[in-house]
Amino acid sequence: MKRVVETKEVAGQSPNYLLAKFQDLVDWAVNASRANSLWPMPFGTACCAIEFMATAASRYDFARFGMERQAFSPRQADVLICAGRLPFKLAPVIRRIYDQMPQPKWVISMGACASTGGIFDNYAMVQGIDTIVPVDVYVPGCPPRPEGLLYGVLLLHKKIRGESLFDAERRRDEQPLDDQGLRLSPAEIDEVSEPFGNSVHQFRSA
Amino acid sequence: MTSQIPGRLRETVARDGETIVYVARERLLEAMTWLQQTPGQEYDYLVDVTAVEFRDRERPIEVVYFLRSLTRKADLRIKVELQANDELAVDSVWSLWHGADWLEREVYDMFGITFRGHPDLRRILMWETYAEGFPLRKDFPLRGRFSRAEQVRQALNANPEAHYSLDELSIADAWGDLPDDMRERLKRGERGTVPE
Repeated sequence: MKRVVETKEVAGQSPNYLLAKFQDLVDWAVNASRANSLWPMPFGTACCAIEFMATAASRYDFARFGMERQAFSPRQADVLICAGRLPFKLAPVIRRIYDQMPQPKWVISMGACASTGGIFDNYAMVQGIDTIVPVDVYVPGCPPRPEGLLYGVLLLHKKIRGESLFDAERRRDEQPLDDQGLRLSPAEIDEVSEPFGNSVHQFRSA
Repeated sequence: MTSQIPGRLRETVARDGETIVYVARERLLEAMTWLQQTPGQEYDYLVDVTAVEFRDRERPIEVVYFLRSLTRKADLRIKVELQANDELAVDSVWSLWHGADWLEREVYDMFGITFRGHPDLRRILMWETYAEGFPLRKDFPLRGRFSRAEQVRQALNANPEAHYSLDELSIADAWGDLPDDMRERLKRGERGTVPE
């Protein structure tokens, strides 16, 4: 977006003006199409999935926002919604599902456990799925109400409308850092996994 | 009745009124066989196998067996005590109740107790290459032994498909292992035609 605005400042003389307008038009059309027909891939592992189902059902009905079709195959999905806690045993699974999704793709981390590990600050739980896959929207709550998830979806719409087809910047952080499959550096993972809140009173040793 | 159990050491009554019988470790299999096969006992259903480690380091680790007799509608708890400084091993009761298979695997996975004679003793909840130890032991740190980055790295490198078969087991494959009454019902066509 920034680049487009800069081009406009010298629009009077610039031959890029028409190109910029054209890119704007294309972006607007593409982003509107993408944002208004997101196909979610539900990755429900816990109680958040119950709220997710409520969001999908008739009372809240996220089909109103273009998520009519839930894609239970990652190959036909646009947005991965991780609803619930993610144990380490499922970490390679969600990474595989994410890798199988075609571009463009987005991730919503639904609930406290998916976002931070929540109350499960223990040996078995991933402390935030952003250590495994890049996350676009975090929805807090334990579990979030359907309104919360819908608000997250609307935020994702907003984010998608701000993207540009001619800007490869945001695709860069999807690639794992190294051949070990880590997407953050070990120091960063340790930092975001630090205990917080009540869990600081629990000790690493028994 | 419980005084005749082979290897019986002592007995107490739990708060819910259920009888708990402590059995000598080396005579567990003998006691369990007696309980399953003696007329008047007939404990034909192994409800659960679990273990308890107490915060008091002096107290032994207990392996707990929940038995139920479906015919007599009676319950019994059997406990075996294992000293922590001793070898953590008991005989498997898999030969008496095949349902003990996964229950004993879970106790092995969480407590590191070996079940001698178990047909397939490997981890069941944690993945098979899990190297941090046995999570429900009291000396196991709550957040695991490795750093979070190392845990993420190991988890991502675990290949989940390496240890699981995607082959389906059909009724025809399992025919020999089915109980007689189930075979009778299947022969009557309850689930459609079963290939021989």
